[in-house]
This record gives sequence, structure tokens and C-alpha cells, in this order.
Amino acid sequence: MSRWLPSPLLSASLLIMWLLLNQSFSPGQLLIGAILAIAAPILARPLRPFTVAMRKPMVALRLAGWSLKEIIRSSFNVSRIILFTRHDRLNSQFIRIPLDLRDPYGLAVLSCIINSTPGTVWVELMPDSNDLALHVFDLHDANWWIDMIKTRYEQPLIEIFEQGNP
Amino acid sequence: MTTLITLTILFAQGCTMLAMLFCAIRLLLGPSAQDRVLALDTLWMCGMILALVMGIRFANDVYFEMALLIALTGFVSSIALTKFLTRGEIIE
Amino acid sequence: MSVVNIDLPLWLAVPFVLLLLLGSLIILIGALGLLRLPSFYQRIHGPAITITLGTGCVLFASMLYFSNLESRLVLHELLIAAFLLLTAPVTSMMIMRASVYRDLRAGRIIRESDAKESYRFPGQHDE
Repeated sequence: MSRWLPSPLLSASLLIMWLLLNQSFSPGQLLIGAILAIAAPILARPLRPFTVAMRKPMVALRLAGWSLKEIIRSSFNVSRIILFTRHDRLNSQFIRIPLDLRDPYGLAVLSCIINSTPGTVWVELMPDSNDLALHVFDLHDANWWIDMIKTRYEQPLIEIFEQGNP
Repeated sequence: MTTLITLTILFAQGCTMLAMLFCAIRLLLGPSAQDRVLALDTLWMCGMILALVMGIRFANDVYFEMALLIALTGFVSSIALTKFLTRGEIIE
Repeated sequence: MSVVNIDLPLWLAVPFVLLLLLGSLIILIGALGLLRLPSFYQRIHGPAITITLGTGCVLFASMLYFSNLESRLVLHELLIAAFLLLTAPVTSMMIMRASVYRDLRAGRIIRESDAKESYRFPGQHDE
């Protein structure tokens, strides 16, 4: 099982992608999609440095729902600021957030969520520590941002990617 | 009802084209190089949206493939340009 | 060249019109932010709403429209949405990082070692 299907999630998404792209469920397309779904992860295995173990799908679903809501809310915030706030009163700042998350995949997911949310852009991890440099469009309270990111985003990601792994 | 839908589709097309015009102005004005890259990236994205709206307007599915290809090439070219800005060379 | 006239049923037409209106307005506002905001670090936040919410609304409207047109569930717009969710954050992070590195090299911003702000513009807090 693990020899022929090293990562079932990747295989399933490849199969779904193939079927969506061709828009048919005919047996021929299913066969080609299955070949792709089995062959591509095996061929790409040397490219993945270590496998990822995802736990707690319910936490992941809740995280996805929360970030979707946050994306929509901050989209309206940013458009209100662009249209109605005087632009010289904007307080755009770089802030620094100390992170406890170490897992590379978790950090990648965190950066995707933060960059997808309008109004915040991830700059980099600071070179001498594990602090995150973040640029905020209109900063009112830096502590609110630190608290929000640590409890809402980082805590579920630690639960998903790190707990239980040695 | 049909008139309303038609008007909405035309309005969406006009808005997208106006957005592309804004991006083009920023592309020409942009004081720094990173402004131009950002404007070019947004211009690609607006082009992709325009392809989707054209697909709705002419009720044609071919525009979907066009939008997918625009998204793919836009991503690759933006990444190449930003690598060039960061390091000064594309292939190391 | 004119618009193909296709009647949508009312329960599909209302969300379709609303989504398309909202999406196109959001796209326009994002591009307006790119044009009007004063500095680069503010301008980078303008297109973010174009790419996330604007594209999302137009994609959803397109899904509704083609599902009605071909009288089956058309879901392949989800491919573009998934692809954009994976790539748009990478693009904005790379542009931001290129800009920060260029400004660091030119001395327009300074990296702080231990402060609440991670970078600062020289002359901003010096008084």
C-alpha cells in the first residue's frame, strides 16, 4: 500500500484534477487519471524531502472556514479603506510576531493563509530568530494582530502538523 | 430579466477593462521596478478575469482553457521577474 | 457580436447578478488602490482583494452560469480557484521580498534586531 501509493491525498487530488479538466467520468478518462495518480507521486518521490503527516481533519476544516471568513471580512475592510479613508492617515507598519511553529509545511500553509488575506503580507522569517516579519496595511493595535495570528492560525497548525510527530 | 443579465455582463466587462487601464497606467508611471512588476501581475490577473467574463458573455467553454493558461503563464513570469529583482539574475 | 441571450431561472439569476456585480466592483476597487495609494508598501495590498474576492466571485458566477447552460454540474472553475489559492500568495510574497531586499541594499529601510517593528524607515521615529 505505502509502496504503490506513497501519498494518497496527492493521488486523489491528481485524479480529481484530471477528471475536472476533461469534464467526463468515462472509463477511459478514469483509467488515464488512475495511471497519472499512481505514477506521478512515485516519480516525484525523490523531490519531496520528507513526508507530511496530517492529523485532525476537523481542526483543518475549522481553520479553512475561519480563514475564508477572515478573507471576505478583510476584503471589505481593505476596499472601505481604499475608497473612504484619507491615504495620508494610513498607518502601514512592519510588525514582528514570534512564532512557535517549526514544521516547514505548517509554515508554508501559514504563509499562504496570511498572504491570501488582504491587508497583510508575509515578508520573511527574520534571519537570526524564528520571528515573522509581517506588513500590515492599516495598523491599529499590534498586540491584537499578534494575538489573533497566534491563537487562530498558529495553534491549529501546530495541532495539525506537529503534535504526535516525533 | 434577460436585459438585466445582459447589462450586468456588459458592466462586469467594462469594470474589468477599466481595472486593466488603471494597471497599465501604474505600469507606465511606476516609480520603482517592483511597482511595475506588481502592476504587470495584476494586469495578468485582470486579463484572466476578462477571459472568464467573455466566456460568460459568448456562452463558450473555450475561454475557460484560455483563463487557465493565462493564470499559469502569469505566475511563472511574475516569479521570474521577482527573482531577477531580488538577485539580479534569473538562472543561478 | 452581441451577448448570447440565455434565460436563467429567477433563483439562479439573482445570485448570478449579485455575484458578478460584487466581483466587478471589487476588481475595480483593487485596481483603483493600485493606482491611487501613495507608497509601494501600501499599493501591494490593493491587488490582493482583486485576486482573492474579485476572482472568487466571478468564478462562482461562471460556475452557476455554465451549470445552467449545460444542465449539469460544471465544477472545473474550481481548478482555477485552487491554482490561484496556491500561487497568488507566493507571487505577493516574492514581490514583497524583492522590494524589501532592494530597499535594504539601498538603505531606504533598516532591519531592526529587537523591537516591535521588524523594519523601519530611517527618519520616521528619530525625533
